[in-house]
Amino acid sequence: MANLSLTKIPMPEQKPEERIKNFQEVALGYTEEMAKEEATRCLNCKNRPCVSGCPVNVRIPDFIAQVAQGNFEEAYKIITATNCLPAVCGRVCTQESQCESKCVRGTKGESVGIGRLERFVADYHMAHAKDEEVKIEKNGHRVAVIGSGPSGLTCAGDLARLGYSVTIFEAFHKAGGVLVYGIPEFRLPKAIVQKEVDRLESLGVEMRTNFVIGKTLTVDELFAEGYEAIFIGSGAGLPSFMNIEGESLIGVYSANEYLTRVNLMKAYSDQYDTPIRHSKAVAVVGGGNVAMDAARTAKRLGAEKVYIVYRRSEEEMPARAEEVHHAKEEGIEFKCLNNPTRILGAENGEVRAIEVISMELGEPDASGRRKPIAIAGSEHEIEVDTVVMSIGTSPNPLIRSTTSGLDANARGCLVADAEMATSRPGVFAGGDAVTGAATVILAMGAGKTAASSIDKYIKEKNNG
Amino acid sequence: MYKIVAKRKLNEAVTLMEVEAPYIAAKAKAGQFIIFRIDQYGERVPLTIADHDAEKGTVTIIFQAVGSSTKALSQLNEGDEILDFVGPLGNATEIEGYKNVCVIGGGVGCAIAYPSAKALHEAGAHVDMIAGFRNKDIVILEDEMRAVSDNLYVTTDDGSYGEKGFVTNKLQALIDAGNKYDLVIAIGPLPMMKFLSEVTRPYGIKTLVSLNPIMIDGTGMCGGCRVTVGGKIRFACVDGPDFDGHEVDFDELMRRNAYYKAQERESANHECRILKMGDAAKEE
Repeated sequence: MANLSLTKIPMPEQKPEERIKNFQEVALGYTEEMAKEEATRCLNCKNRPCVSGCPVNVRIPDFIAQVAQGNFEEAYKIITATNCLPAVCGRVCTQESQCESKCVRGTKGESVGIGRLERFVADYHMAHAKDEEVKIEKNGHRVAVIGSGPSGLTCAGDLARLGYSVTIFEAFHKAGGVLVYGIPEFRLPKAIVQKEVDRLESLGVEMRTNFVIGKTLTVDELFAEGYEAIFIGSGAGLPSFMNIEGESLIGVYSANEYLTRVNLMKAYSDQYDTPIRHSKAVAVVGGGNVAMDAARTAKRLGAEKVYIVYRRSEEEMPARAEEVHHAKEEGIEFKCLNNPTRILGAENGEVRAIEVISMELGEPDASGRRKPIAIAGSEHEIEVDTVVMSIGTSPNPLIRSTTSGLDANARGCLVADAEMATSRPGVFAGGDAVTGAATVILAMGAGKTAASSIDKYIKEKNNG
Repeated sequence: MYKIVAKRKLNEAVTLMEVEAPYIAAKAKAGQFIIFRIDQYGERVPLTIADHDAEKGTVTIIFQAVGSSTKALSQLNEGDEILDFVGPLGNATEIEGYKNVCVIGGGVGCAIAYPSAKALHEAGAHVDMIAGFRNKDIVILEDEMRAVSDNLYVTTDDGSYGEKGFVTNKLQALIDAGNKYDLVIAIGPLPMMKFLSEVTRPYGIKTLVSLNPIMIDGTGMCGGCRVTVGGKIRFACVDGPDFDGHEVDFDELMRRNAYYKAQERESANHECRILKMGDAAKEE
């Protein structure tokens, strides 16, 4: 008999007043008992709608059935058969719009806490089990993967399991891409990312950090070095600015810079040399998950006032409801329906305020969301000393500008077909480099598809 | 890890190192830079490539020990290793098509001016070099610069070596003497580059300056290195580091480079590199 509770077992969390003083993880994870109980809420439906909502097709009801019986290692094996980064996905995947949105239990009450269970299983495995040494027979073919973010790690992991010798080229000094420079420690502990990276290395994947493809080597030179196929998972790292007055004032950051200083370069720790502005009042411009991350980071760095400035209303906000909820709990103030018009500086060149104009919602625009329209004459100032621009990113041009025959669209995104093949034979691409800024799991799905396409491509090339 | 294969002190504060980095050495061109990180706690610090040897697989860097990372780096010796070393980043200095060039270095900026002069000299241009220093004790790379220029003019602020005066005075004198330069390259402290650009502006002489703003990744990702050039925001790491000196908003950049001045002052272990930059040169 299934557990008929309409709500998920609540996730234990650090209390808001405590967590804003540290960078430790907010969500603490289920205990074994909680996990088993939540697992019994799964109806084990015959048609498995949840699986169709998962970009990497995790056999969700199967692993949940094992959790319910306490066979956590069995559950882990089922998840990792198709998902090589379960501890990451269990934390940052947008389950509410993926698997959990299809869950039958969600039609009345809350869906099964699939993400929470996935996280539990991954954490249980990390805490209790030793990874068995995997013996993989090498097939003698070499593949280069550019970028060590979610799409690159997934692609590399799948190819390594198929016997390929895979080398990942990473521009930064540390592997993980957006998982290490973008997503904060309090949402995704970096030790977990490192463990996933270590696991890939134990599969024989070679990690070459400090390697900027397009500069240190080009795609053509990678082919010349003997790689038979290349996967580009270089993400969308180029920050956008609003091109308004005052964006070069001292105290204006891109969210990328702000988060990289804190996450990758650990500016929050005294042990590290990285400087960061000690802000009293911060305006984060934007309404996505990155904006929430930046705002919550600013709070933890000691800012007394942190505002989210967003031009639409909260309803249109692209950030996950959970992130918005956590941000509000932590005292972040939401100034929705406000659009920045300029940033005002003091005489010393530092930010003293952001001027915004009030907005109202009109008819739906191309995105289907109601279009924000400025209310004439409603400009007003919000006193801040720091502004973080979190209005989106686009793919970096370094690779496309140094690779002939690689098509990109007007937004600078690489063009790839459903099999993740680009216009250049042997070159595949996926993740944010193709879609523009999107989610970790979509990038992983693309990496997975690319791995099987690369496998097919190399086999056909060598047989034909 | 990247091994230091040679080390030489050029003066009290400036050190030259050859670092084993074969991929970078094979690709490097004058004007490009690397980013190093001394250890896991260090910052990512950009340094212009002073020279490179593709055959030996080495990259030469010349730097002034002013921040905590460059100070720690200056303590390392031959055989020691640097944790991270990535490049070559940025665009190469354009050297094609110029016939008569004046390359100007200020202080440790000479270390960056030198490879540009060398590349232009090798490309067949007539190269005059002006190298300015505060005094005799900190003169660096004199023989090297002489070898790649048709005329080398050394100036010191106090007259203790070479000609007394600033590089701006010398450039003005050379222009007044009838030298027709089709390009001036100016590399040194921001105020020096600003004033040199003002010297050339009335004559319409194309003037390139090499900028070194605060940056993290060096690949266009953080946007911290943004500079206003001709009224537009550019990223020094991917659009530069060389820009038209007549178009650069130097005052804004000087303010931005002073971003973390207060914090560096707070920290007992840190000596403020920005303050030093004003009198000697940038942290190159």
